[in-house]
Amino acid sequence: MTWVLVAVLAVPAVGAVFRSRAVAAGAAAIAFLLSVALATGRSDGGLTGPIRPWHQLDVSWVPGLNLRFHLGVDGISYPLVVLTTLLTLLCCVYLLWTDGDGTLAALLLVIEVGIVGVFLALDLVLFFVFFEIVLLPMYAVIAGWGGAGRRPAARKFVLYTLFGSVLLLVGVFVVVSRAGTADLVVLSAQHMLPADTQLAAFILLSIAFAVKSPLWPLHTWLPDAHTEAPTVGSVILAGVLLKMGTYGLLRVAVGVLPDGARRVAPVLGVLAVTAILVGGLVCLAQTELKRLIAYSSVGHMGFVLLGIATLTATGFEAALIGNVAHGIITGLLFFLAGAIKDRTHTGDLSELGGLRETAPYLSGILGYAAIASLGLPGLAGFWGEAFAVIAALRRGGPLWTVLAVLAALGGALAAAYFLRLLYRVTHGAARPAVVGIGEPVPGELVAWAPLVVLALAVGLVPALVLGVAQTAVQVMAP
Amino acid sequence: MSFDHVALLPAYLAAATAVAAFLADLIAPGRGSAVAGVTAVGALATGVVAILVGRGPVRRTFCSADCSYVADHRAALVAALFAALTLAVVALSVPVPRLGEYYFLLGCAMTGGVVLGYAGDLITLIVALETLTLPLYILVALKRGTVDAAVTFFIVSVVSTAVALLGAALLYAGTGAVHFGRLVAALETGHRLPLTTAGVVLLLAGLSFKVAAVPFHAWAPPAYDGAPLPVAAFLSTASKLGGVIAILYVALDALRPAYDIVAPTIAVLAVLSMTVGNLVALRQDRMVRLLAWSSVAQAGYILAPLAARVPGAAGAAATLGYTFLYLVLELGAFGAVIALRGDDDGGAIADYAGAVRRAPWAAGALALALVGLAGLPPGLAGLFAKVVVVRALLATGTGWLAVVVALNAVLGLAYYLRAAATLFAPTPAAARTRVPWPVAAALVGATVAAVVVGFAPQLVLAATQP
Repeated sequence: MTWVLVAVLAVPAVGAVFRSRAVAAGAAAIAFLLSVALATGRSDGGLTGPIRPWHQLDVSWVPGLNLRFHLGVDGISYPLVVLTTLLTLLCCVYLLWTDGDGTLAALLLVIEVGIVGVFLALDLVLFFVFFEIVLLPMYAVIAGWGGAGRRPAARKFVLYTLFGSVLLLVGVFVVVSRAGTADLVVLSAQHMLPADTQLAAFILLSIAFAVKSPLWPLHTWLPDAHTEAPTVGSVILAGVLLKMGTYGLLRVAVGVLPDGARRVAPVLGVLAVTAILVGGLVCLAQTELKRLIAYSSVGHMGFVLLGIATLTATGFEAALIGNVAHGIITGLLFFLAGAIKDRTHTGDLSELGGLRETAPYLSGILGYAAIASLGLPGLAGFWGEAFAVIAALRRGGPLWTVLAVLAALGGALAAAYFLRLLYRVTHGAARPAVVGIGEPVPGELVAWAPLVVLALAVGLVPALVLGVAQTAVQVMAP
Repeated sequence: MSFDHVALLPAYLAAATAVAAFLADLIAPGRGSAVAGVTAVGALATGVVAILVGRGPVRRTFCSADCSYVADHRAALVAALFAALTLAVVALSVPVPRLGEYYFLLGCAMTGGVVLGYAGDLITLIVALETLTLPLYILVALKRGTVDAAVTFFIVSVVSTAVALLGAALLYAGTGAVHFGRLVAALETGHRLPLTTAGVVLLLAGLSFKVAAVPFHAWAPPAYDGAPLPVAAFLSTASKLGGVIAILYVALDALRPAYDIVAPTIAVLAVLSMTVGNLVALRQDRMVRLLAWSSVAQAGYILAPLAARVPGAAGAAATLGYTFLYLVLELGAFGAVIALRGDDDGGAIADYAGAVRRAPWAAGALALALVGLAGLPPGLAGLFAKVVVVRALLATGTGWLAVVVALNAVLGLAYYLRAAATLFAPTPAAARTRVPWPVAAALVGATVAAVVVGFAPQLVLAATQP
């Protein structure tokens, strides 16, 4: 099965060369099937550490830099890999059915290579290399196909996230130069770093991942990037690109530096809850559709980070399912926002009133996605938020109890702003902007349907995600 | 005293190249391409012979108590690099008719560079560096209306050479030695005079002029912008390499026991260079000036690994490795600018708008080189260059400088990206630019090298290991 690990990266990379929508969709489909196939033939290979990859590939690349081409997949990375290949496939299909651009599709494939590479990398330096690959293609997607203010937004995105990744570079080599190895399997099994080094490295790494996630107060690049990005760019950005940050925090920062994590966890928890509350409050005052969804991402990622900050198995499970659910639901929300903005040429909530009157199906799907996003039990968004709050409560002590209560209040805020969104957009008399707009076309429905189904499926059967991840999460919790 | 002529062979060949270029111009006046061909063959031969000699045992000559000319593995690498850079610059120069002396002067500069690699004492080192620099004053002044730039270059250069010589003289006064090995011995044992400290700082400061490190950088932007483009390419690659090699040899071979003074001096130069270079580059709107200021910043990254508190092979290897990757990318950038713009003028960055439509391959190469200099994929060579420096700094416990380097990389991206994005700006369709084949060959060579070392940086890292 090790060839699948390479193929899942190589197929999109080769597909990108052709700069054709049809080839891109084909390559994305093959990559999706390959990534699903990674779950077959699982075994822990006799490993006893916290990372027990089902399949591994380990070849030397640049010995002079401690860089090995070491890939592997386990229960924590698998759901994210599949989510990435799925969303890329849906975006490519969307571009195929709508009037998309071949170069844009090729860039999405390059981004896919980088993101999947991040999730598969079991070598710290390789992880960093893949982390960097995503940067410029995403810049090009925003700067080349975005809205009116795309250039400043793209520049802000790329400079902010580069700031994060250079700190990642420093953090990675603080670890590597002290430990003498960059192998994540070894590094997470034997914690050989002294406490002070762990603390310094953890702070560097957590700032790096906090920029990507993004964690308040390092989130300010996100709303601009989302507002200006083209639909597929927003979907990939929110759906999977942000997960590189939370995945990195869980796998690399917490996994390799548990002592550092223990000392910084309360700070992370406080910031995460602040993100939830700030995200919610800002959303209440938003008047632009994509900006509102972008800020809701800040809140949702706050729950994921809160889960990680508790450093418990329950918290990690919350983070994992929260990641996946956010990818599905926010991906869908951005598809819908893009569809609405393409039709009405405005994202202003006050001009979108009465959508239900003119496009009931579109409005219905938007309602479904918004309700899923606010965390209604039975839909995917519920589990991540509930588990995060429970994990914080179980952690005990006054600080974590207060954080749990505040996070729960933040969840209620989410309900408030999404219901406000639905009230503003779907109800009332039809405004001029929404008159005469079309219902979803088949291409859009094909791209959305899997996300609609998954939002319900993961909500009803969270074991879809947690089942494969259970062992990996249990052995990881300190 | 007997001479080892085999060891001297690369230097002979380099000098012969210059003479041959001169004679070829006398025999066939006005046949610029013939003269260029002779120079190219000479440069190629110099490089090949340097490598062949370097594969053998270490050879020394001009020895008294210690040797002034050491032909070891590292020297061979340096000589071959100078020869390759000269070859590339010759190729970039071909399309435009040149004065006959042009190739002669390039050959002279190459001779200086080749000998520099073999230098075993401070006098040889400084003389070789001067031989490398002297022809460049004239080459910079070749373009009409750029005498000011050449005069600035000349004056700053002369002052800095005087400073370096003063430093060498003070060291000689303090230790009685000019050979690297004997300097080390004298500095290790003797009581260190304040004079020696001053000598170390002055010597390094004088040499840092050649790499255009702040505060000895002011000559670079006008000289680059005023010179013919191939000469600017030579200034930013070969001339900078000369400075790096000189500093490397002096810091690690000659002044190792005085590293407690060397390290902070180089740290100050490195931090100032990268920060000032990047900040000023942000404000540039001419392509060559942008490249000039960015090369000031790059000098900072190049010097940074030498600022570790303890001198070590790792720092030297990192500096050499970064330098090599920088040279490949910088040569690619200048080659692409020449391919896009012809010879005379780099022009404003805005003039490059839509270049991908006029010359997709050349513009692609320029974008790759710029992104590489910024240190990001797809310019993997640049990414690994950055990794090499940060890794070396953290391995030697100089973490604060690693953070400074890392943050400067963010500043750097801002202007590299601005220039690279301009290439893709939408413009009305325009006629395709034709690229002369020697320029195309040099550009392809540099770009292929950048891609290859991007995927296999181990080639560079293995070559720079002591």
